[in-house]
Amino acid sequence: MAKKQTVSFKLNGKEVDVVVEPRELLIHTLRERLQHTGPHIGCETSHCGACTVDLDGMSVKSCTVLTVQCQDAEMLTIEGFEQGGALHALQEGFTQEHGLQCGYCTPGMITRAYRLLKENPSPSEEEIRYWMAGNLCRCTGYQNIVKAVQYAAKKMSATSS
Amino acid sequence: MIPRGFEYHAPRSLPDAIALLEQYGDEAKLLAGGHSLLPMMKMRFAEPAHLVDLGRVSGLKGIREVGDAIHLGAMTTENELIWSAIVQQKCPLLVEGARLIGDPQVRYKGTIGGDISHGDPANDHPALMLALGASFVLKGSGGERVVAADGFFLGTYSTALKPGEILTEIRIPVPAAGTGWCYAKLKRKTGDFATAAAAVLLRMKGETVQEVSIGLTNAGATALKARQAEDSLRGKTLNDAAIAEAARLAMSICEPAADQRGDVEYKTAMTGEMTHRALRMARSRATATA
Ligand SMILES: Cc1cc2nc3c(=O)[nH]c(=O)nc-3n(C[C@H](O)[C@H](O)[C@H](O)COP(=O)(O)OP(=O)(O)OC[C@H]3O[C@@H](n4cnc5c(N)ncnc54)[C@H](O)[C@@H]3O)c2cc1C
Ligand code: FES
Ligand code: FES
Repeated sequence: MAKKQTVSFKLNGKEVDVVVEPRELLIHTLRERLQHTGPHIGCETSHCGACTVDLDGMSVKSCTVLTVQCQDAEMLTIEGFEQGGALHALQEGFTQEHGLQCGYCTPGMITRAYRLLKENPSPSEEEIRYWMAGNLCRCTGYQNIVKAVQYAAKKMSATSS
Repeated sequence: MIPRGFEYHAPRSLPDAIALLEQYGDEAKLLAGGHSLLPMMKMRFAEPAHLVDLGRVSGLKGIREVGDAIHLGAMTTENELIWSAIVQQKCPLLVEGARLIGDPQVRYKGTIGGDISHGDPANDHPALMLALGASFVLKGSGGERVVAADGFFLGTYSTALKPGEILTEIRIPVPAAGTGWCYAKLKRKTGDFATAAAAVLLRMKGETVQEVSIGLTNAGATALKARQAEDSLRGKTLNDAAIAEAARLAMSICEPAADQRGDVEYKTAMTGEMTHRALRMARSRATATA
């Protein structure tokens, strides 16, 4: 068996160190070692986006990244969104616009939408649908997810100007 | 779904990466964006004993204009291609193709070098590279060589890359001003590989075709260059009959593998249809020279 390696990265602003086999996938490190169970395992085959986390400015499927690839990385998961008891604009948007039903896809959706809005603060509906296409939802039919992202975009641009 | 155990190496320089490939031989595999390799390792279709990550090797990223060509570092990601002002202006075919690859998350990680080196006929870059007349810079312990895309793809998962070689750069001649382009891709849903797709570059002189190149995705063991179809169009008036004949000739070289995306007959017919659509769209985008 391959030697374990220590990997250090920043998770939601805090330094963490983990000792893992090279073959360990990031989703398992987050869920099983670091008790960050927000990122979900939907498909395990790189298709559904439920495991999406923000890694060095990219939305990635953490079931398709090795933890050893994350040395020195900056990572954001859904656990890092709420600040001082206040929901993030995206979390508020998903609540207000009924952007979820069972909620299984929601952490991945919100984490993906976060990066999208960083790159494009006021996306059109078409852009939201195109750039959110890596996240599947089996409940909502996507309509209210689009509205939730629009809600957050509006709120964030109002508070940043 | 967890890969079989392996040793992980993260070299910082190209010579170090090449030395690791030398040392471990066919026990080693390169890791780029990991979005073909890791899924295969999770399913245990690939079980390398040593993984050599190119992620920290300096000098493998970036997009530069060099004379009449665009040079792309092999580790340039799909999203970086899509967002590049140079590629948008000088080579819109590549942007159109990259936008149809996988989904946003796949495009943050997947690299153009990995997409080409993987040798999967279902990948989109191989046919785009054939249409664009690209060439590839391959580096190994014996030095560097530059090979044309046409001839690089040898079979499914098989390319002209020799053991120990790394694809470092992709060189694309900038298409002449006024060149029409199109990548027409049929897929069952977002994030799927092509059922069939055609890449076209087209230069018109008045009503006639001055130059044309056509690459086909997922229509055989490798991406295919539709030579007879190209030959049939050069110097001809680009009317519906000429387009239909070119599509027929493109279909005549198809040998797609039947799978859940369709049987041989259907996929062949769809390759003809994509050729049709790509030629028509390229014609509408081309500006003819007098
Ligand atoms: C859900 C999903 C959908 C997808 N849809 C599409 C699609 O529609 N179209 C498409 O084209 N692709 C698609 N892909 C594949 C994706 O684009 C991959 O990223 C790409 O095929 C491989 O690039 P990579 O950087 O991830 O390479 P890796 O997976 O890291 O490597 C692939 C292979 O190439 C070798 N390699 C990598 N880089 C080099 C190099 N520089 N020199 C020599 N060898 C190298 C590796 O050793 C490995 O054998 C999809 C993937 C997923 C998960
Ligand atoms: S669990 Fe990672 S994409 Fe579905
Ligand atoms: S809310 Fe149930 S999967 Fe999206």
